[in-house]
Amino acid sequence: MTPTTLPARERHTAFRTRLARGFNAVLLNAIVIWICAIWLVPTVGLLVSSFRSKPLITATGWWTAFAPPYQFTLDLYREALSANNMAQSFINSLFITIPSTVLPIMIAAFAAYAFAWMKFRGRDLLFTIVIGLLIVPLQMTFIPVLRLFHDLGLTGTFPALWLAHTGYGLAFSIYLLRNFFGTLPKDLFESAYLDGASPLIAFFRLALPLSVPALASLAIFQFMWVWNDLLVALIYLGGFPRVAPMTVTIANLISSLGGNWQVLTAASFISMLLPLIVFLSLQKYFVRGILAGSTKG
Amino acid sequence: MNNLLMALYVVVGVPAATIIYVALIETLLGLLPERTRGRIRPWLWLAPALLFLVVFLIYPMLNTALLSFYDAKSANFVGLDNYTYAFTDTDMLMAFRNNIIWVILAPLIGVSFSLVFAVLFDRVRYEAIAKAILFLPMAISAVAAGVIWRLMLNYQPTGMPQVGTINALLTALIPGFQPQAWLVNPPLNNVALIIISFWGSVGFGVVILSAALKGISPELHEAARVDGANEWHLFWHITVPMLSSTITVIATTNVIGALKVFDIVYVMTNGSYGTTVLGVEMYKELFNISNVGRASAISVILLLAIIPIMLRNIRAFARQEEIR
Repeated sequence: MTPTTLPARERHTAFRTRLARGFNAVLLNAIVIWICAIWLVPTVGLLVSSFRSKPLITATGWWTAFAPPYQFTLDLYREALSANNMAQSFINSLFITIPSTVLPIMIAAFAAYAFAWMKFRGRDLLFTIVIGLLIVPLQMTFIPVLRLFHDLGLTGTFPALWLAHTGYGLAFSIYLLRNFFGTLPKDLFESAYLDGASPLIAFFRLALPLSVPALASLAIFQFMWVWNDLLVALIYLGGFPRVAPMTVTIANLISSLGGNWQVLTAASFISMLLPLIVFLSLQKYFVRGILAGSTKG
Repeated sequence: MNNLLMALYVVVGVPAATIIYVALIETLLGLLPERTRGRIRPWLWLAPALLFLVVFLIYPMLNTALLSFYDAKSANFVGLDNYTYAFTDTDMLMAFRNNIIWVILAPLIGVSFSLVFAVLFDRVRYEAIAKAILFLPMAISAVAAGVIWRLMLNYQPTGMPQVGTINALLTALIPGFQPQAWLVNPPLNNVALIIISFWGSVGFGVVILSAALKGISPELHEAARVDGANEWHLFWHITVPMLSSTITVIATTNVIGALKVFDIVYVMTNGSYGTTVLGVEMYKELFNISNVGRASAISVILLLAIIPIMLRNIRAFARQEEIR
């Protein structure tokens, strides 16, 4: 039934439905684009402001920067990097984040393999405990761990954060990897064992290579979580600016800068740079990790 | 430079050490008879992880629970004093009130908007880009989000040029609008903080909902359409029920986040102007006042509030394993 064969009245109705559909489509697109705009504007506002001069930021809204005269400058970046310890903090953030990402994944992989492919008494109970630990408020652990670090002379050092983030990241890493290992075909491991492969070989030759996507998701998660963490760093690093990551430095600047707050725009953008690059280039794995970690229904 | 070397040692050394550890235990296991080997092996593979979990989570939790019955310096047993304080102090009561507001509003806003967004995005061709845009703030720390939103919510007295996006927009659009100090005036400031945290986390809900939406068979909608159901009916009677388990996941995640909330409040208001929450109060007791007993009691209360969700997760997992 093509419209040309329809009688006039039906053709008129068909036209009206099409019109209504067209209107709906325009409305739908308008709403979706509006939502996206609302989500982007705050970040764009920060980005634009970070390229303006201090007096301009206080005098006019960031959107006026798009009208001539264009007065963009790198002054705030220069100031943030030189005067406010941001360069050092960037390096500190890297020092904190990279070991804190590698350690828990490495340790979790062995445990997850044991949970997925080895039979032992108490396995289900133990894994249930891991699931319970997934959402423990970290506040429950701060005081005893702080005392432990104090006794070991580790407060205010990077190793304290590496150890703490490893402990805190483990439950989620074990959970995610165990679920992923569990989905690998059973026959694969059975035939490998029949061929005389040891669990060690099966782990390094089968489980790990097949789990690269899961390992990548996990690495991105842990990286973002540690890079963006404020609380754990505040607790175990104390107020030492020498070791402070960018989140701590910026949080301190917020309370101390007062009238000089414009520098924060550049400082924040510097702190967002690396996670944004990681996110934009590895988004696929990030999404996959979220889906794997959340399907516990 | 010293730090660089140390970090390098750790990044290369620790994985190497773990591999050597496993190789070593496997060699030693080889000396044992087959039966014993199978029984001991899992525990040796689990040992490093269990050690970390015990040292950094399990032992500290028990210790904190104990400390919550002791005084500020953990020297004298004080019974329930810290808890009495927690449930009578004005700031603490404010924190409880605010956490309750968070626990109610965060899942409500989180679920309803991510549901609407996911359903709308599902119908446009540039869905991937739209989702990525909503997802982007998840890569931004609460600290940077704090700076971003200070700029958005900036307030200047009436008559002054408004440089904050929201006040400028509202003053331009609504005649006679009085610019608002969003972060200072309760109870609006709590809602503002909840919306900021929603801005940061909505990507999570949209991503898992849109994945679940793709799992609903289109025939279901077609059949209902043939029977004369309109889009509104389809949404309420097919889409929402089919997504109920995903919606529960989002709601639970939001509730957990609302109970634990710290960063965004600490950065935006530091708990002033009636915005304090349990997380901030715990931090203040620990670092500003050095009262270990009270800080521990607040942590225990947080844990107790989260335990029902913990049990729900465990039950859900057990069900899932039965299906498997």
